[in-house]
Amino acid sequence: MKFVQGGLAALCLFVSAGSGYAQTAEQFMPVSIYRTGPYAAGGVGIYGAYADYLEMLNQRDGGINGVKLTYQECETAYQPDRMIECYERQKGMGATGAAAFTPSGTGGVYALIDRMTTDKIPSVTVGYGRTDSSDGRVFPYIFPAVANYWSENTATIRWIAEQEGGFEALKGKKIANVVMDFAAGRETEPVLATQAEKYGFEFTTFPIAPPGLDQRAVWLQVRQARPDWVLFRGWGAATAAGLKEAQRAGIPRDKIIGWWWSGSEEDVVPAGDAAKGFITGSFHTVGGNYPVYDDIRAHVYAKGKGHVSEERIGSAYFVRGIVHAVVVTEGMRTAMKKFGNRPLTGDEVRWGLEHLTLSTDRLRELGLEGLMAEIAITCEDHEGGGRAIMQQWDGEKWTTISDWIEPDAEIVRPLIEQSAAAYAAEKGIAPRDCASEG
Amino acid sequence: MFYRHVGSMKTSYAQELQLFPVAQERWAFLALLVIGGVVLPRMADSYWLGSILLPFLILSLAAIGANVLTGYAGQISLGSGGFMAVGAYAAVNLVIRVPALPFPVTFLLAGVVAGAVCALFGLLSLRIRGLYVVVATLMAQFLIEWICTHVPWLYLNNASGIVGAPPLSLFGIPMTSVAARYEIAFIFTVLLALLARNLVRSPEGRGWLAVRDKETAAVLTGISVPRAKITAFAVCGFFCGVAGALWSFLYLGNVDVEAFTMHRSFQILFMVIIGGLGSIAGSFLGACFIVLLPVAITNLATLLGGTIRPDMVANLELMIFGGLIIGFLILEPRGLASLAMRARERLRRWPFKY
Repeated sequence: MKFVQGGLAALCLFVSAGSGYAQTAEQFMPVSIYRTGPYAAGGVGIYGAYADYLEMLNQRDGGINGVKLTYQECETAYQPDRMIECYERQKGMGATGAAAFTPSGTGGVYALIDRMTTDKIPSVTVGYGRTDSSDGRVFPYIFPAVANYWSENTATIRWIAEQEGGFEALKGKKIANVVMDFAAGRETEPVLATQAEKYGFEFTTFPIAPPGLDQRAVWLQVRQARPDWVLFRGWGAATAAGLKEAQRAGIPRDKIIGWWWSGSEEDVVPAGDAAKGFITGSFHTVGGNYPVYDDIRAHVYAKGKGHVSEERIGSAYFVRGIVHAVVVTEGMRTAMKKFGNRPLTGDEVRWGLEHLTLSTDRLRELGLEGLMAEIAITCEDHEGGGRAIMQQWDGEKWTTISDWIEPDAEIVRPLIEQSAAAYAAEKGIAPRDCASEG
Repeated sequence: MFYRHVGSMKTSYAQELQLFPVAQERWAFLALLVIGGVVLPRMADSYWLGSILLPFLILSLAAIGANVLTGYAGQISLGSGGFMAVGAYAAVNLVIRVPALPFPVTFLLAGVVAGAVCALFGLLSLRIRGLYVVVATLMAQFLIEWICTHVPWLYLNNASGIVGAPPLSLFGIPMTSVAARYEIAFIFTVLLALLARNLVRSPEGRGWLAVRDKETAAVLTGISVPRAKITAFAVCGFFCGVAGALWSFLYLGNVDVEAFTMHRSFQILFMVIIGGLGSIAGSFLGACFIVLLPVAITNLATLLGGTIRPDMVANLELMIFGGLIIGFLILEPRGLASLAMRARERLRRWPFKY
């Protein structure tokens, strides 16, 4: 038996030794992707687009400031243990090691927090990840950039207030909080509780057991509660199933507001007619034709180097990948201003991300004006904006129905700091002093 | 010719009862201990130690637990993931609420808690048999997952439901480096595997085998079936619980119920089936197969990188892996352990055919 065991181990050793990456003066960029498993549609869209953007920079500009980007995919199957394996395999590749990881899935981020902090490599996740890691003093290498769930939730309530005619009008309103019964689904409850107290509305949480394919009982209960608005945190096939049941229960879909993981085309198309009028919050717009898409078509797809199917350009998951790539590569560009135009170490990229500002002007130069909101990430605030936008499904496509909505930092920030402080105490971390750093 | 019982004279009962009767096997085992415990932590790089060997060892431990229940006692279990979760949550609660305990004690206590929970579900197996036990363990899996996400006390009121595992230290020495974490897992796994190896040869273990083969016959030979079943469940729970605690503290660095879903239970059951039902070594082989093979396939495919499209590589892994499982089960339904046993028999007769 030991022969077989030893043989397999030897085989693996041999294989691993062969796959070492060539040492060049290029910047290595890992692409953690999930092309298999139940969430493959999202994985291919997001991280395929991420790779597309990197390829576009290579083809159009020869990389970032002349530093060519080499990238390699690693399949995680959306599982934290596979993510760890990918991380350990790729972190040391290239001349200076991996610039930054975009771990697949919130579980993947959690599994990497300690490792990335030790190895000084930043993690960039847009629209998911550990919410309280927005406190960069406790989590120096973790960037849940652009917007987190708590910001989104306060922005959503602000938008509802606008529809109702001001925050005073929220008094006595009933909001149903229909959530997938897993951690990310329930995560907004403390924020909602704080807001309910502040603005005087009532909210009730209705949990849906994952995977949420049969939700009839839940939506009948929602119906009985007669809510004015419904917040719906569906995931995967649960979004379409929930919308169908809502239609059956007679709940108007234009009063149901989803989170961004309900806001892709793949989520609502299966619901057919039932999805018409459904609103979701988002941190980017969908569709449209931005100059960046033309560049990707011309420099990547025209040369047959694309990573997703071309018709998905501009679809929700694709855009999220582009936002990831823009944050990471612009963070690197910022870092190069300080450290010079050469391959960067993870810690240098961290510095760049902590000084990253994407103004409207810069977004216009990048060909993304209107696609995402302005952001400014700092050492203390690793989120850098938290603005959300509302989009509505008209049966064919998502249409943007609001301007950029500000989150309620007064509510979100104290909760983040409180939660991060609890984590620091658990782990025995002394928060760093941002004021003393340059 | 050299590898045989003949010539290794036994002069005491202790020798007759030893774990590895053939001298060469004893040496091989010791060599494996030295390589695994001393050489590898110094030689292997952090990728191999931290992300290949560490999960392999921990999952082997869980597979041993599942093998006791499924392979030795004949109660097929789909709750291993849940029992690992019990161990993980028990460990993190003990570490944070009773920080005075040294962590090895904490992990063993976490195993005891998991064993108790597992024995509780084992009570069901006294009234139901066969596939119905599978359903009962599946119920345990779902129930444990639900409790772990709905009792805030268990996950220490974290908004995300995921608890960070505090860094380990023993007598003030931090144990957070990859090599240290590997060593901890290695020591736990070796000691517990030896314990299991001894347990299955004890009167208790013979009781499990008897119950597995025929309950009525077991009763007639004076074996208490309820006792055998409950102890098998308890031992399975203990091993899985310790494995869950190790998985959370040494590998993931946090306690998250997502790591212990039904997917994990199936994974462990496959390790037991592919490795070999009723074999401790088989548990290691099964874990090796399930953990290492996908990595090896991806790495091989990356070697050919550029020639194969990346989306092809991702799916190739599933295809080859699935094909190998089917192939193994057709060619050797009794698992890798039986394959190894056959090789061993050949070796003993060599150079003769029979």
